[in-house]
Formats: sequence, structure tokens, C-alpha cells
Amino acid sequence: MFHREAGVFKTTYAADMALYPLPIARWTVAVLALLFVVIAPLFLIDYYLSILNLIFIAVVGALGLNILVGYTGQISLGHGAFMSVGAYTAANLAVRAGLPFWITLPAGGLMAAVIGIVVGMPSLRIKGLYLAIATLAGQLIIEWTINHVPAISGGAQASIPVPRPNFFGLVLNTQGRLYFFLLFFAVLAIVATLNLMRSRIGRAFIAVRDQDIAAEIIGIDIYRYKLLAFAVSSFYAGVCGVLYTYYLGIANYEQFQLNVSIDFLAMIIIGGLGSVLGSIFGAAFITLLPIVLRLALESFGSLFFSDSELANVISGTRLAVFGGLIIFFLIVEPEGLNRLWRNIRSYFRVWPFSY
Amino acid sequence: MTGLAKSWLGAAIATGFVAFASASAFAQQKELVFGFQCDRTGPTATVGVNLCPGYHDYIDLVNSKGGVEGYKIKVEEVDNEYKVPPAIEAHERFMKDGEVLEGLYGTPQTAALNKKLEEDKVLGTSPGFGTAEAADGKRFPYTFPIAASYWSQAGAALEYAKEKLGGLKGKKIAYIFYDNPAGKEPLPILEDIAKSEGFELRTFAVPPPGVEMGAQVTDIAKRFRPDFVVAHLFGRAPSVAIKELKNNGFPLSKVIAFVWGSAEADIIAAGGFGMAEGYNTIQFAGVGKDFPVLKDIEAMYKAAGKSAPKEMDSTVYYNRGVMIAALHVEAVRNAIKAKGGAKPTGEDVKKGMEQVKDFTLGGLVPPLTLTPADHEGGGWCAIYQVKGGKLVKVKDWFQGYRSVIEKQLQANASKS
Repeated sequence: MFHREAGVFKTTYAADMALYPLPIARWTVAVLALLFVVIAPLFLIDYYLSILNLIFIAVVGALGLNILVGYTGQISLGHGAFMSVGAYTAANLAVRAGLPFWITLPAGGLMAAVIGIVVGMPSLRIKGLYLAIATLAGQLIIEWTINHVPAISGGAQASIPVPRPNFFGLVLNTQGRLYFFLLFFAVLAIVATLNLMRSRIGRAFIAVRDQDIAAEIIGIDIYRYKLLAFAVSSFYAGVCGVLYTYYLGIANYEQFQLNVSIDFLAMIIIGGLGSVLGSIFGAAFITLLPIVLRLALESFGSLFFSDSELANVISGTRLAVFGGLIIFFLIVEPEGLNRLWRNIRSYFRVWPFSY
Repeated sequence: MTGLAKSWLGAAIATGFVAFASASAFAQQKELVFGFQCDRTGPTATVGVNLCPGYHDYIDLVNSKGGVEGYKIKVEEVDNEYKVPPAIEAHERFMKDGEVLEGLYGTPQTAALNKKLEEDKVLGTSPGFGTAEAADGKRFPYTFPIAASYWSQAGAALEYAKEKLGGLKGKKIAYIFYDNPAGKEPLPILEDIAKSEGFELRTFAVPPPGVEMGAQVTDIAKRFRPDFVVAHLFGRAPSVAIKELKNNGFPLSKVIAFVWGSAEADIIAAGGFGMAEGYNTIQFAGVGKDFPVLKDIEAMYKAAGKSAPKEMDSTVYYNRGVMIAALHVEAVRNAIKAKGGAKPTGEDVKKGMEQVKDFTLGGLVPPLTLTPADHEGGGWCAIYQVKGGKLVKVKDWFQGYRSVIEKQLQANASKS
């Protein structure tokens, strides 16, 4: 994405409104599309596809949280709970009513959006740490409700097995098929967020984040936009929960607990608050880093330790290195991986004539 | 992009990944891969740090004696930190490396992988995890609890209480449990037996994270005053329960804990063996060091010029690891024998596991009988009591209220 802006003159409204105004950006997107749609599924074995699948699911959830936290400036510790709302809505609809995924998926998202508005109501009165605690309460209440209402959770185990998604007769039951299923929704989420953020609504979100009183003075209904941000964010979370449910074939109460909310916050903080690319980087980083670290430690560790000792060494070291790397990246660039990437890009843009 | 450049790019990416993949896939012909998930750094790390070495040590022992039917075993361990995404990744990784069976770890992880295991035709063992319904091999063909489920543990706890109290008619039993799906699972069994035996059952939920239960324990000890307490707690909670019950003057000899509240670590965290005198624990693997297989492991370390690992002292979890490994090896042994020495597939190993019978490893493993219909192996439990600084067996392998549990399994089998 080494953009060269010189010589770009927009002569039509369509050109002005294009998502990627520069030819080179369009080319990069085309190459990325080729890479993910054709080359990756052709050459990658199931194991690597499964990692990509996990990243795609995380991307959807991270984008949703970034809309709320990064773009609108409202903190939420209830993201995992919104995922569970989507997951259980879809699972119940899929199992009890036998509905296909293209109905249960938006239904799960919408239900999560409704609950999100309710949990987001305190944001009208409080912000910052206070709001964090209010959303934490939301997380715990939703967890408790799912655990204790058999009508939602489907029994004492609080897990509902769902059938594999069926795409016009094609059952999506292999990593390869699920890859396209998840890729489609991840791309949809990315494009939707990119467009949302340059629309009137997105700009209103950013105005609320930067200074809500000023935003109100210039005519933004901040109550409406704060709640809208919660609704949109929860919708993404709900869809993420549904994707997860279909991917695993089960909706389970313990998959959406508080630590999941915190993992997603970590993703967007490391990736970069208030950026779409940052959400993708963050989701990939948090998912991939433990895997890469383990592979590296296994290769190097076997030089020094026996196999059974190694297992213990890897676990401990990996956790320490994981934490250390997060701190390192945030010290190097507090605004996240997205900013780091942009710094690298702008360095090479004028290279070798940096002055 | 020209066609040439495109194919170059494709080839470059392909070779890159092939090189990456094959680095770990240089499996020899006479080698079997076991996938093993573990939690050494997550919320249940106290279990994993002792259980997983037990698993590895038994496999090392088998390998040091020439392997199983001529095959060496390679264990691939992944620490899933009790999180679901790493467990999925771990399973796919094991599949890539050609695992013949998999040891699961954690209840949500087991739930998430149930379907995947069935699709990939590789069995997963979930001792003490997952749902009790998985005992039904017809509904869960590739999931093997291979140890007493929470239902069987509930039956065992009440059987023991009945024996101690001389009948349960008109007695009062308190059930204190961690308020999550696993904690609530035994409730139908307890309620069923309460009805048939005619005792009063009262339940006390402890909300997560389970370190604050002063109110519940006071309620039990001072107000309800039960004849027996059944405790089903996890993580830090069992040690807190022991302390609180003791402080409230409730005799620990009338308390029985499920399998995840019954390790040395829980007793030590509660203030030591002297403090917990009389505490009863349910076990699904033998406890203590007095087993020939453990002597063999010690001898193996000695032969290598090393002292036995300190994890061996935590016998409850270590022995469970040994038990899981032993059953894995036994299943593979059956599968290889059935194929006349050829390399078994996941399906063969599943059939092998379903033939495990009369395999007790000198008392460390209960007298399980695994069949295609019963993947729990009968729900055998033993009771160990804290006596004079150690856990002493007070009731040998038995099946408590087996008919009630079978009835429950049947009711659930007809449900789906």
C-alpha cells in the first residue's frame, strides 16, 4: 500500500466517493483478494485455514468493539456477553425453529443490538471507568441469565449443539468450506465498517468521541449516537458470536465469559484504536502470536530440554513473552500496530530521499 | 500481474508453507502421534502442572520399554490455557500431524470439539470434563469420558453418605456447588435419589470465582445443620470451603468432595492435612505412590541418573495423568493387535478403546469396562479420606446408585 498520490485528479462525484480513490490502493486490494480467495484456499492445508478462520471470527468481533471504543470513545467490558446473546439467539432459532443461517445470523446480530442498547443506556450519564463498570455489570447479568434460564440455555449444560450451516444444499462442514463462509462475513464486516466510518453516522461517532459537549453544540444528538454506537457494536458482536457458534457447531456458555471481552479489548488496543486496519492487525496478532511463539519455542527449546520438560518450559515462557511483546509494541508505538504500519509506510514512501 | 508472475507467487507461497509444514511432519513409519491438550498457565493450572507430567512420564516409560507393539509414541502437547480458540487450533494441529487419538482438557473445549472429533473420526478423552451425557457412546461416538462423570460422582457421594449415616431416610443433605453448568449438572441425580430415599436436599450455589462463600457455609453449618455435605467446587473454591466449614465447626468427616476438589493441593491450600482431617474425597484414579507403575517410572528416572520429578508427590493429579496415558496406550494396543500389527487409524483406536476391560494397572485404574454403548466405563469411584497426614482409601472402587444414572442416561438418549 505504497501510495503515490501525485497526478490524481477527481473529475466525477463517483471518483470522489470511491472507497479507494488511488489506483494503487485498488491494485493492492485486488492482490489481497486474489491471495485470500484463490491462493490461500488452494495451497493451504486445513491447519492453516483453521487459524485463518479463527482470525476471521476475531476480526468481526474486534471491528465491532473498535466502533464503540475506538471511534465513539465509549468503553465496554461486555463484548463477550453480546457475543453470547447472538450465539444463543441463533442456536435457539436454528435448533427449535430449524431456520437456516441467513436468517439466524442477522437475527442473532439484531438481538445482540437490542440488548446492547439496554446495556449501553448508562453511557448517557457516565463515561470512562464508570461506564466500564456498568458494562461489566451487563456482562455478568447476561452470563448469569444464560446460565440460569433453561429456556435460553437449553438445559443444565447451557450448551446447544447446532447443525452445520447449509448453503443451498452444500453442508459447510470442512475447514475449507467454512473458510469461505467466514471470509465472506469478515470482508462484509470490513467493508461495512469502512463505509460506516466515512458516512454521517461515523463522523458523528468521532465527534462524540473527541468532545461530546462540542458535538452536541454542533447539532449531534449524542444520546442517539451513543446508543447507536452500542447497537452497531453489539450487532457485530452478535454476528461474531453466531459465526463462532456455526464454526464450532455448539453454543456454549463458557465460551463468552469476561476474559473474552478482555481479549477483544486487548486486540483493539494493540491493533490501534479507531482504525479498521488496526482491528484486523490486532485480531491477527492476538490469535497468531501464541501459535508462532509456541512453534519458535518448540524448535529452539528442543536443543536444550527433553520433550517432557519442554512442555512446561514452553507454557511458562510463552506467557511471559506474550505479555512482554504486548508491552514492547505499546511502548514502541502507543497507538498500536496500525500506527506502526503507517510509520513504516510513510518512511518508505519518500525513501531514499527522506528530507 | 502477468500469468508468469502469478504462478511464481503461487509457487513461492506454496513452497514456503510446505517447508513450514513438513518441518514437524517428518514422522517415522513406526511412530504414533498422540495429541494432548493441557492447561499449565490458565485458571486450572494447579491441575495441569501435575497431571500433564504424569501423562508424559507414562508415555516415556512405555517408549523406554520399546513402545507399544513396536510403535514409538510421540506426544504433542498444547497448552490451551482453558480457552476455546487455542483448543481448536490445537486439534487442527494434531490432525495435521496425524494423531490417532486426543486427550482433551476442559469442559468448554470438550463441548467445542465434540462435533469436530466425530467429523474427523478421532477419539477424544475427557476424564472429569464435558457433559455426563457423553457416557452414551451412541450419541457421542468419538467422545470418551473414561472416568466417572458428575452424575456417577453424585451417586457415589450419596452411596457413601448412606453407608456412613446408616440409611438416608429423613436425613438432611446439603449440596454446595460452583454456580456454572458443571456445578449444576448433578442436580437431577441428587433430586431423583432424594425422592426415592426420602431425605431432604438443599442446594447452595457459590457464584464464580468461588472464593467467597462465607454466607453459604454459615447457612449450611448454623441454620440447615445437615447430616452430610456434598461439595462440588473447582479451582480455589475447595480450599476455601474446607476452611470455612472448619471455622464454622462443621465436622469435615461429614463432607465429601467431587473429583476437582480432592487433591493434595486443595488440602494444603486450606491449611494443611492436619487442618482437613476427616475430609472425604471422590477419586477416579488411585491415590498415593504405592503402585507398581509409579515405581517403574521412578526406576526409569533413576536409570537416567535423575531423581523422580517433584510432581509425583502430588499423587492425585499425577496419577490421573498416568491413568489417562495408560488408557490411551491400551486403546492403541488393542487397535494394533486387531489390525495384526499394521498402523491403526483413528477409527481403529476408537474400536480399541471400546474393548478396554480388566485393565487396572495394579489398582491405579478403576475396573473399567468400555463398550460401544458405555464410554464412561461404568462410573467407578473410590473414596479417600484425609487421615494422619495423607489420603487413605476408605472405600474401594464402587458404582453408586448405578440404576439411577442409567435411567437418566436413557431419558436423555430418547430426548434427541
